[in-house]
Amino acid sequence: MAEFRLPPNSRITKGKHFSAVSSAKNVRRFMVYRHDPGSGENPRMDTYEVDVDSCGPMVLDVLIKIKNEIDTTLTFRRSCREGICGSCAMNIDGRNTLACTAPADGIKGDVKIYPLPHMPVVKDLVPDLTNFYAQYASIKPWLQTRTPAPPDQERLQSKEDQERIDEPAACILCACCSTSCPSYWWNSDRFLGPATLLAAYRWLVDSRDEATGERLDDLEDPFRLYRCHTIMNCTNTCPKGLNPAKAIAETKKMLAERRH
Amino acid sequence: MSNDERPISPHLTVYRWPITMTLSILHRMTGFALSAGLVAFVVWLEAIAWDVIPYATFYEVSHSALGQIALLGWLFSFFFHLCNGVRHLIWDSGRLFEKSQAIASSWLIIISAVVLTTCYWLLV
Repeated sequence: MAEFRLPPNSRITKGKHFSAVSSAKNVRRFMVYRHDPGSGENPRMDTYEVDVDSCGPMVLDVLIKIKNEIDTTLTFRRSCREGICGSCAMNIDGRNTLACTAPADGIKGDVKIYPLPHMPVVKDLVPDLTNFYAQYASIKPWLQTRTPAPPDQERLQSKEDQERIDEPAACILCACCSTSCPSYWWNSDRFLGPATLLAAYRWLVDSRDEATGERLDDLEDPFRLYRCHTIMNCTNTCPKGLNPAKAIAETKKMLAERRH
Repeated sequence: MSNDERPISPHLTVYRWPITMTLSILHRMTGFALSAGLVAFVVWLEAIAWDVIPYATFYEVSHSALGQIALLGWLFSFFFHLCNGVRHLIWDSGRLFEKSQAIASSWLIIISAVVLTTCYWLLV
């Protein structure tokens, strides 16, 4: 059920303030969500003043600078720093995006950084994605076939068939879309969420896959698929410019057409 | 550490509402308002069928400032729910899903609902 208010242990308190060095010329304030699981305290917002002239352009560059030079306890995930691994997904300036491809310049005023919304927080900006990954695994994201593969070649498909899966297959599973979705906030235990449904669609339209019927059977559920109410936050926020909302609508269409 | 003990990251209060999200919740709220308004509509019918005095009372309440605001709200709810409902129909056909289309159609719905409400209020 929808629980609009944060539970008592999750309410955010005022945190520490780290002033910039006096020689800094171009100072911006970054407010960052902090949670230390060992402290037994509530999460807090720490404020860091950063000289952005001596820093790379992206929000991830700022976070790395803070960790290197101001506060080594700051914890966040990052890896590729080029928008392909999906590790540094977080809520920046009210939108879910990848810190490595979000320029700090594009944000007006103080920059507020939170973990992905409505997720259990492991530490600071690191959410627990166990449920998210389990949901992804539940749609069997691999090729299912009954007919034997040709003995002398791969299962081929036409250029047009490949193009149908190009976009949904470009998803990096950063979880920005699912954690932007109010339906997912209130029902993540039963609703699969946009990322997983986009992945499901990728296999539904794969010309080589032979389990389309079973895949649709699994999705036909008031919660798993139909909790999508076309709020469109997923498509609005996807840092890769993909369109989970459209994929979900196409899936609903496939189910409707199947009934005839 | 179990997930029960972990804090939940903030959501509604920190998320910057896209226009489509605002329209989605408005669709629900206007749907609720329409249902509530329907009850008032039935009361009105009952009042007519019953006698002059109940009807006069209803007339008085509905023509008070508060009654007029409620009526205007009901009218807006009707037109908003109608316009957004049409978009839901189009969405069901798999169209209008590009980001730019969703944002543009959201504004179109708001403008249409306001214009239709104003026209109806002034002309009828």
